[in-house]
Amino acid sequence: MTRFFPALGKYASLVAATVVVILPLSVIVFASLKTKQEYATTSPLDPPSNWLNLSNYREAIERADMVAGFANTTVILVVSLALTILIGSMAAYAVDRFAFRGRNLVTALFLVATLIPSVTSQVATFQIIGHLGLYNTKGALVLLFAGTDIIAIYIFIQFMQSIPVSLDEAAKLDGANVWTIYWRIILPNLKPAIATVVIIKGIAIYNEFYLPWLYLKSEPMISTALFFFKGPYGSEWELIAAATVIVIVPTVLAFLFLQKWIYKGLVAGAVK
Amino acid sequence: MSITAGAGPLGPPGTPALPPETARGRARRAGRRLQGRRSRTGVLQRLTPYLFVAAAVGLLLLLTYLPAVNMLWYSLTDWRGFGPVESDDFVGVDNYVRVFTDPTIFSVFFVSLYYFVATFVQMALALYFATILSFSTRFTNFFRGVIFFPYLLNGVAVGFVFLYFFQPGGTLDSVLSWFGVSDPPLWLGDASIANFSLAGTSVWRYTGLNFILFLGAIQSINPELYEAAELDGASRWKQFRYIIFPGIRRIIGLSFILAVAGSLSVFEIPFIMTTGANGTKTFVIQTIQTAFNYHNVGLASAMAVVLLAIVLLVTWVQRRVFPDEKVDLT
Repeated sequence: MTRFFPALGKYASLVAATVVVILPLSVIVFASLKTKQEYATTSPLDPPSNWLNLSNYREAIERADMVAGFANTTVILVVSLALTILIGSMAAYAVDRFAFRGRNLVTALFLVATLIPSVTSQVATFQIIGHLGLYNTKGALVLLFAGTDIIAIYIFIQFMQSIPVSLDEAAKLDGANVWTIYWRIILPNLKPAIATVVIIKGIAIYNEFYLPWLYLKSEPMISTALFFFKGPYGSEWELIAAATVIVIVPTVLAFLFLQKWIYKGLVAGAVK
Repeated sequence: MSITAGAGPLGPPGTPALPPETARGRARRAGRRLQGRRSRTGVLQRLTPYLFVAAAVGLLLLLTYLPAVNMLWYSLTDWRGFGPVESDDFVGVDNYVRVFTDPTIFSVFFVSLYYFVATFVQMALALYFATILSFSTRFTNFFRGVIFFPYLLNGVAVGFVFLYFFQPGGTLDSVLSWFGVSDPPLWLGDASIANFSLAGTSVWRYTGLNFILFLGAIQSINPELYEAAELDGASRWKQFRYIIFPGIRRIIGLSFILAVAGSLSVFEIPFIMTTGANGTKTFVIQTIQTAFNYHNVGLASAMAVVLLAIVLLVTWVQRRVFPDEKVDLT
């Protein structure tokens, strides 16, 4: 008996948490499948009469230009990730494997930079992007995503410490130059760290709203395509719900397939 | 890019047993040539690490430090964001005086308190669920996934999900009507409630992150400790109090600091859901509107500098309190 009640409380709280998480999301799915009249006449908690009514989805994709949103997000995501990995791993290689004058200064620069709240410093970054002539281009976003990622550098440095230096030295004796060592030894051995960076950075870019909202006004990324519904369609909830579900589905899929990696990556990224 | 220099014994030949003049001359020339090559590769070699960090440091200076310095400069001017900053734009510390005396700016700091308190709710929930899910429980993976999942969602999507959830006659009101609540308030329209609704949304979104961090820390505690405690007859509460809690104190301290900085830089949820209407304007929304809607770049920069100063102060205090812990406040 003394074991039964705590167990009951435990499962009751877990079920309550599940309801709190699932309920707001499932009513959005319900709304996305209802027709206009059905939406107006039923309670949000009533399931849709036709579970295969996809007309809202079709209309939402068209109106908010969500195909372009996904295409732009994909392009920016891929290019930014490639650059982040290259820039970050090269910097980590230099910091971890070489003793050079200014090394402490460089690490201090990286450390202090993590403290500057980037949301508000955009007030001044905006002027620089303007001066570079990148305002309203995908280039601005790629530059900001790839050029301000210090967490990736930390993850690479941390992981590189576990790659034995003897590997570098053996390659050096075989006549390999630094570039070859970086390209053939370091980068392939960094694969798990690269996977971590791809996952946490990939999720962050997919979810990023503020930077595209600020810098890319003429084309949609996925977040800004969805945000478009905030304006003129403020009350057409069937459409907004469908668009929201469209944005959430890739996240669900990524979570189902990459769960283990995502947990590991986030813990590695948050606790340096 | 060669690193062969220094790998072999390439010093100039100087042994007396060397063959005739011509050969010695040739050897000397060869030595000089080698020395020349060595110093060239030496330069390259010394440059190598700089070449490897150049891109990262260059972008860091361009996109993080240059803006920070510019911000300091703009904050002393009444620059509007167009054209060059002229010398007669200089206004001294007027902007800072305004940040701390103008109630429409200063009052937004208090909005952070809702989110600050909410982070404690969030950490308590995360700690509770992390603890019970680290003991043997059925469907652990399912519950873990469900509690964590909201953290991964797109912020705009979360904003719409909860706009829908809170709307009059919406999901929340329908659920409450089952319990006999017939006259629910306007969750987002009533200024005395809106911040609670938004802070609640923020708890829904971010509990998963604290949860997964706590869970990782708890799972890294040696399980033999619980077994020994259980054999000694320690209750679950005592196991939590004397084994789990000390084991994860570090990560709790870190989350607390993140909570302070996080509650000052709340942006997405209130911006997407209410655009700062009904008294839900946060410091960051205020800064951004000042800069990009009212084009008062000078004042906005002063606000950003104040936020930066607070974050640096909090970090400094944290370093004094927990000297061995590193924290990232992004």
